Amino acid sequence: MSDSKYLVEVKDLKQHFKIPTGFFGHIDLKAVDGVSFNIKPGETLGLVGESGCGKTTVGRTLLRLYKPTSGEVRFNGELVTEQNITPLRKEMQMVFQDPYSSLDPRMTVEDIIGEPLDVHKLYANKNERRDKILSIMELVGLNAEHATRYAHEFSGGQRQRIGIARALAVNPKFIVCDEPVSALDVSIQAQVINMFEELQEKLGVAYLFIAHDLLVVHHISDRIAVMYLGRIVEIADADELNNSPIHPYTLSLLSAVPIPDPNKARQSKRIILEGDVPSPLRMPTGCPFRTRCKYATEKCAIECPSLTDRGNGHMVACWNK
Amino acid sequence: MDMPKKNILSSQLDLSKFVKATDEEKRQADVMSESTTFFKDGMRKLMKNPLAVGSIVVLALILVLITIVPLFVPYSYEQILSVNGVRDTGAKNLAPFAYSQMEQAYIAQGGKVFPHIMGTDELCRDYFIRVIYGTRVSLFVGLFASIVVLVIGVLYGAISGYAGGRVDLIMMRIVDIIYSLPDLLVIILLSVVFRETMDFSKIPFLSSMGTNMVSLFLVFGLLYWVGMARLVRAEILSIKENEYVLAARSIGAKPGHIIKTHILPNCISVIIIATALQIPSAIFTESFLSFLGLGVALPMPSLGSLANTARQGLQSNSLKLVFPAVMICLVVLAFNLLGDGLRDAFDPKLRK
Repeated sequence: MSDSKYLVEVKDLKQHFKIPTGFFGHIDLKAVDGVSFNIKPGETLGLVGESGCGKTTVGRTLLRLYKPTSGEVRFNGELVTEQNITPLRKEMQMVFQDPYSSLDPRMTVEDIIGEPLDVHKLYANKNERRDKILSIMELVGLNAEHATRYAHEFSGGQRQRIGIARALAVNPKFIVCDEPVSALDVSIQAQVINMFEELQEKLGVAYLFIAHDLLVVHHISDRIAVMYLGRIVEIADADELNNSPIHPYTLSLLSAVPIPDPNKARQSKRIILEGDVPSPLRMPTGCPFRTRCKYATEKCAIECPSLTDRGNGHMVACWNK
Repeated sequence: MDMPKKNILSSQLDLSKFVKATDEEKRQADVMSESTTFFKDGMRKLMKNPLAVGSIVVLALILVLITIVPLFVPYSYEQILSVNGVRDTGAKNLAPFAYSQMEQAYIAQGGKVFPHIMGTDELCRDYFIRVIYGTRVSLFVGLFASIVVLVIGVLYGAISGYAGGRVDLIMMRIVDIIYSLPDLLVIILLSVVFRETMDFSKIPFLSSMGTNMVSLFLVFGLLYWVGMARLVRAEILSIKENEYVLAARSIGAKPGHIIKTHILPNCISVIIIATALQIPSAIFTESFLSFLGLGVALPMPSLGSLANTARQGLQSNSLKLVFPAVMICLVVLAFNLLGDGLRDAFDPKLRK
C-alpha cells in the first residue's frame, strides 16, 4: 500500500458545518471547500491565511476530529476512514494553539504526557511508562522534577513544550501544529520554533504548520500554502512564494509583513485590500476572492479557478495572473 | 544600592521599581512554588471557613452519637419499658431524667435503671433512643436518596452533555417532562400502589422501613435526579469545549475514557456541592412526609414521625416536639452550611 512517495495526501477535502436556522432548516457554513495538498515524510508544509479562513478546520478534519463532508485523506497511501482511525492516531498527532486550555488542569505533567501511552497501551509496566515519559520530557527540554507538577504551575512556553511532548509520546510521523506559537511571546516563539526544527531533524517527523504569521511560517516551512475562505489559492516552495508570489491575495499578505528595516519599510508599498472578508455563509460565486480583487473580471464571477502549475510545483488558483 | 530620586514631574521611568530583589523576597517566591492540587487548595479554604468547620464538627458528633448510643443504652426503640420483666404502665410521658413509680421502687431496692435522658413517650418507650434511631433513619434516608440522585443524575447529565445535538435535545425534554410532575402526588400514589401490590416483609431491611420508604426512594430515583442532571449537563457542555478534550480525542481516547479522566474530574466540585445540598433537602422531604403520615412504618421512628406524634400532646409535653425538631434543624443546617462552605471553597467561578 505504501508505494506512494507522500506521507499525507489530501484530495478535495470539504468540511461544511450545518448552522441551524429555526427549528428544522439549516444552512451550510463552508469552512473548508475543496482543499488538496500533499506532504512528504519529514517535510514541513506551512498553512497561512487570515482568521476564519479555515486553517484550523483543515488541520482538525485531517485528523478526523471532525467528520469531513467529502474528500479523502490518505496516510502512507492508506485511506483514512472512521474504522481505521484509531491505530492511525498513533501516527498523526496535533499540537494545539492555546497552551492554557489544551492541558487538563487536574492532571500532572506525567499523566498528561503519559495519556497517549495509556490509550495505546505502549508500555509493559509502570517503570517503562515513567522512563518513556522522562525521555520525552528531556527531548522537549523539561526537567524530570517537573513531572509531578500541574500544568498551571508553568509558563506559556513550558506549557507548549508539555503539549508537544504529549504529541511526541507515541512517536508520530506527522504532527499538525495548529498555531502553536501564536499565543506565546516573540522570544519564546523563537525557542519553540527552533525546538520544532530540532525535533524534525532528530525524529524525521513531518509537520503541517498552521499560522497566520508569514515570517514564522517562512522560517520553518519547506513549502507554504495560502488559504482564503476555505480554499488554497497558492502553494509553492517557501522561498519561491516569498520572492515571487503570483496570486493577488498572497501579494497583499506579503506586503503586510512588517519589515525590520525602517528604510526598506518606507520604500515598500502596502497593498491594502478593500472591503471585508465575505461571510462563509454567503460565499461569492466563482472565485471567493473576486469581491476584493482588483484584477477581477467577469469570468471570475462565473467559474472558480482551480490550482494550476506555473512551473516548479508553484500552484496558483487565479484566472488572470 | 542608592537610586537617584525621581522628579515628580519627570516622565522618566521610576528607577526604584528596578531595584534588585533581596534574599528575603526571593525566598518568598520559593515558598510560593510549592505544588498544590486543586483538592488541597479547596480543603485549605474549607478549613478556613468557621461555619463549614463547625458543621463538620456537629455532623461528626451526631454520627458518633447515633453509632455509639444504641450500644450502651439498654433500651431499644420499640421496647415498652418493663421493670424485672413486669410491664411498667406508669412510665407514660415521663419528663427528662424522671423515673416511674415502679422504677423508683426498684432503685430503692438497690436495682439499677438507666436514666431516661429525654423522658418517655405515650407508649412507655424511652424517648432518647427513639430520637437517636429517628436521626439514624433520617440521615440514612438523606444519604441514600442523595446517592440515588447522584448516580442517576450524573450518568444522565454526563451522557446528555457529552453526546450533545439531538440526543441532548431529547434527553433534556424528558427531564423537562419529569420536572413538571407533582412529586408529592407521585409519592402518595406510589405508596398506595405498593401497599396493595408488593410485599416487602420478606426482605429484612425494607420490611422495617416500610413500603412508604421504598416509594420515597423510588420517587427520588424517578423524579429528584433531574436537577442534578441539568447541573452536570451544563457543566459538561462548558468543559467539553476545552481544547484538552479535543487533545484527548486526537490521541485516540474513547468517549468513556474522556468522560472518566477529563470531564468528570473537572466538574467533581459541582457534583460534591450539589450532593451536599441534596442531603438536607432529602431529609426535609422525608420529615415532611413522615409528618403527614406517609413516612417510615411504625414502630420505626424518624424525626418527622416523632414530631408528628408529639404534636398531639403539644400542650402537656411540648419537649417531645422540641427534641426531634432541634435534631432536624441541626442536621439540615449543618449540611446546608457545609454545602455552602464546599461551594465557596471549590467552585472556581466564585474564586476571588
